[in-house]
Amino acid sequence: MTTAATDRETPPFAAAAREAALTAAVALALTGPMIGLHAASQATGLVIETRWPEVAIAVALVFLGRFLLALLGRAFVWPVLAAGLAVAGGGLFVPFPNALLKAVCVAGGLIVALRAALMLVRPRMTAAARAKPALAARWVAPAAGAAMTAFALLLPVMPFADRQLLDLATLVVIYILLGWGLNIVVGLAGLLDLGYVAFYAVGAYSFALLAQYFAFSFWEALPLAGLFAAMFGVLLGFPVLRLRGDYLAIVTLGFGEMIRIVLTNWVALTRGPNGISGIPKPSFFGAPFARSPPEGTEAFHQIFDLAFSPMHRVIFLYYVALTLALLANVFILRIRTLPIGRAWEALREDEIACRALGLNPTSIKLSAFSLGAMFGGIAGCVFAARQSFISPESFSFIESAIILAIVVLGGMGSQIGVVCAAVLLIGLPEWFRELQDYRMLAFGGLMVMIMVWRPRGLLSHRDPTVRLPAARETPP
Amino acid sequence: MEYFLQQLINGLTLGAIYGLIAIGYTMVYGIVGMINFAHGEIYMIGAFIAVIAFAILGPLGGGGVVVALLVVLLVSMLLTAVYGWTLERLAYRPLRGSPRLAALISAIGMSIFLQNYVQLAQGARTKAMQPVITGGIEVMKGETFTVTLSYVQIMIMVLTLALMAGFWTVIARTPLGRAQRACEQDRAMAALLGVDVDRTISLTFVIGAALAAVAGTMVVLYYGVIDFFIGFLAGIKAFTAAVLGGIGSIPGAMLGGLLIGLIEAFWSGYFSIEYKDVAAFSILVLVLIFRPSGLLGRPEVEKV
Amino acid sequence: MTGAPLLHVEHLTMRFGGLVAVDNLSFEAREAAITAVIGPNGAGKTTVFNCLTGFYPPTVGRLTLTRGGEAGFQLERMEGHRIAREAGIARTFQNIRLFPQMSVLENLMVAQHAELMRASVFSVAGLLGLPGYRAAARGAIDRARLWLDRIGLTERADDDAGNLPYGDQRRLEIARAMCARPALLCLDEPAAGLNARETAGLNALLLEIRETERIGILLIEHDMSVVMGISDHIVVLDYGRKIAEGKPAAMRDNPDVIRAYLGQEHGEAPPC
Repeated sequence: MTTAATDRETPPFAAAAREAALTAAVALALTGPMIGLHAASQATGLVIETRWPEVAIAVALVFLGRFLLALLGRAFVWPVLAAGLAVAGGGLFVPFPNALLKAVCVAGGLIVALRAALMLVRPRMTAAARAKPALAARWVAPAAGAAMTAFALLLPVMPFADRQLLDLATLVVIYILLGWGLNIVVGLAGLLDLGYVAFYAVGAYSFALLAQYFAFSFWEALPLAGLFAAMFGVLLGFPVLRLRGDYLAIVTLGFGEMIRIVLTNWVALTRGPNGISGIPKPSFFGAPFARSPPEGTEAFHQIFDLAFSPMHRVIFLYYVALTLALLANVFILRIRTLPIGRAWEALREDEIACRALGLNPTSIKLSAFSLGAMFGGIAGCVFAARQSFISPESFSFIESAIILAIVVLGGMGSQIGVVCAAVLLIGLPEWFRELQDYRMLAFGGLMVMIMVWRPRGLLSHRDPTVRLPAARETPP
Repeated sequence: MEYFLQQLINGLTLGAIYGLIAIGYTMVYGIVGMINFAHGEIYMIGAFIAVIAFAILGPLGGGGVVVALLVVLLVSMLLTAVYGWTLERLAYRPLRGSPRLAALISAIGMSIFLQNYVQLAQGARTKAMQPVITGGIEVMKGETFTVTLSYVQIMIMVLTLALMAGFWTVIARTPLGRAQRACEQDRAMAALLGVDVDRTISLTFVIGAALAAVAGTMVVLYYGVIDFFIGFLAGIKAFTAAVLGGIGSIPGAMLGGLLIGLIEAFWSGYFSIEYKDVAAFSILVLVLIFRPSGLLGRPEVEKV
Repeated sequence: MTGAPLLHVEHLTMRFGGLVAVDNLSFEAREAAITAVIGPNGAGKTTVFNCLTGFYPPTVGRLTLTRGGEAGFQLERMEGHRIAREAGIARTFQNIRLFPQMSVLENLMVAQHAELMRASVFSVAGLLGLPGYRAAARGAIDRARLWLDRIGLTERADDDAGNLPYGDQRRLEIARAMCARPALLCLDEPAAGLNARETAGLNALLLEIRETERIGILLIEHDMSVVMGISDHIVVLDYGRKIAEGKPAAMRDNPDVIRAYLGQEHGEAPPC
């Protein structure tokens, strides 16, 4: 495809091999010292241990991958497809010194094969077929939304739903809620917030502290957690929202870190790094989920005449999170079509034009910021209830980064995109617990790859919030 | 008074290190308009390569400390520069012309990746190294407190000054610097006039990474302890320094770095160590509110 | 034909550092009239607009907007968004500033933000879908439709504004400004980049706005076929100073104007 004129003189294989050799040399410089030489701490000081086989395999894999991709660029589609599959298949059976290299080999082979396959398929798609997604999205999005909601509602009664899965599902729903909250700020209003975790922390700690010092229940603390977080959003937002994009990003990042530092060091109130434990679980409208409830109250299983099961509590918490998320979804979908929602998007598009039309940028930004913060606070409250224990460690910058990644990977402003990205980033890695060590490595790599593959996010289609209705007959 | 002087020395040393990292942020921001979030990790990698190089050179001995230092510095700069180049090539170049947030997410992803890569390759535990350079000068002897200026501190400051001067010449005098400034102003026009934009941007990343490697090597010499997580906080503070000084401005980055270093040293010296990061961020917020383009940044004029 | 005085600019001066962009400028604009501000490039025309719309606070001067005998608004003391909302000045921009990723109709709805916001009562009535808000939203759509019909973009109402051709974007920006129900419409080079047919259409649209809405129009323009064809009054600037003002015919023959446009030695008429 991209065959340069000079390539006609050199045979394609030699040219591809040269390209691959250059890449492999870079890979050697990258992996040689870092993987090949391990500085191990010993009693006598640092001692170097070597791991050359790993380096050799890594460099060989890079060479092979680059070579195949270079051939693909020279229109050797079928051989590359076959070779990619062969490498992936071979990787499964050949012994590797560690699981990561095996995973890289298999995944790399598959990616090469996939790209080759895409090159086969693409030209066959007509222009009409490519234009179709935009038209189809109008009914696909609601249909997919409905299907996802139905699946989420039925999840606890599915045969494969065990306690671990539901716990994980609750976590995913919490992240979906966080993603939707941040989506208001970043996706709609276009304000880059790198410290969203601050509001999550405020919500979680509001509940934990209210429960600890004033014996508040989940349901009493929930609205307060949202309110506190929103108030916090206004307090933070007021001085900083005048700042332009990247300055806003770094200042919000700073605030996020400051909250964590305060939570860590204000030991008298928060018990510092030890965290707060014994946070109560939500009750079923006053009925606790306990085998033997305290005197004078009836437990959930007694009211419904069921045998006691610890699963009830897990399922209930899942439904609480899901209900809150669905409410948030309805709220956000609706508010998007209201003047304030359109003003957020207009502000994202052009602040100067907004001012010229009489929109007050500060108050509009503030409303987006505090509303987003409120959802963060509510999610934090649910998170505290799920964990029963929170510590400042749960609210580090990486959380902000993950939530932002969910929003951007999903496709900014897209509600369903957030769901997809949350399942992908939170659900899947938890699933592959065996690869625990490599989880965050894969997470970071995945973020880069998805962005390079789809810079506008997985689902980037935007539907107008209002359509021109067919002209009405004007009465004579 | 003695205590004050000691904190001043410590603050300037720390500030020199932040300043060197901040230059990487500010240059990249100037030329491609993005926050290179993974720059902190590049610095961390520089520090690790330095530790590995010291560990190899240690047993070999011979040649004296100065030669060893130079070798380590060069190796670290060179190999870290390869990381900087690869980072740009893999994670940022494909995203040029995409929404800005996409590049930022890619950068955050790279930062997470590199952090875990080093953790997996070199282990999660901190690496401690025998001090290479020891001793110092007693600057002032008080009744209760002696102010010392260690040789490491002198070396850090001298090296930073030398690098700054050299770097300044590159930007101001050489064709590369001119190409860089041209790309900063208008990339499309620069390309039309025959500037190789890709190469200029790559070189910017390479230079930034090399400077970060120097900072990493100096941190190894100064503290003797590193782990895979040092890049995060140093990166954030260096970026804060770049913003404080006015992002895009190279003297601003150095000034911002020195200020952040001083604030941190004095705050932990006189108030509390726990809240030193809060102090740095608070100053940043105040500066941005009252001087939104940083200390030395050109004020942004909104054009209608 | 023209109505009561609407805008008074008195002794407006704007300095940027040492540069005097506008120097002691005074003029007035009337209701139901098209007032054109012309002058060579760099004469300070856009700066006048930016002062009027609160983008820069003027260094010196009084800018008073008087609507239908009410007490005037002192524009130089108001923030930009309040000038637009309360005093009722809407503007377009030299390099079009639409909301490119929002649909054409949405662009027109954003212009009616203040009214809709009031009807939605802090979004509460809107969230609940109360009849009061629904009626207001319908009214806003009707108004948008009216303007879409006038600029001939009804068919493209649901397309992204950024995908429209250049000329359509210019007209949409005017329609968007009109949806904000202004008392004074400020147009910054509306004919720039238009072809002859589009320019003729623009003239017709502006005349229609003057006749039906009876608002004041302040126009910056280089295209003399627009300026001479439709303006009721012309103010000529050069180096930030007013060098002449009057009816189009008088300006055409004014020696100062000719000199400013063509330089000292020429005696020909300015390009028409």
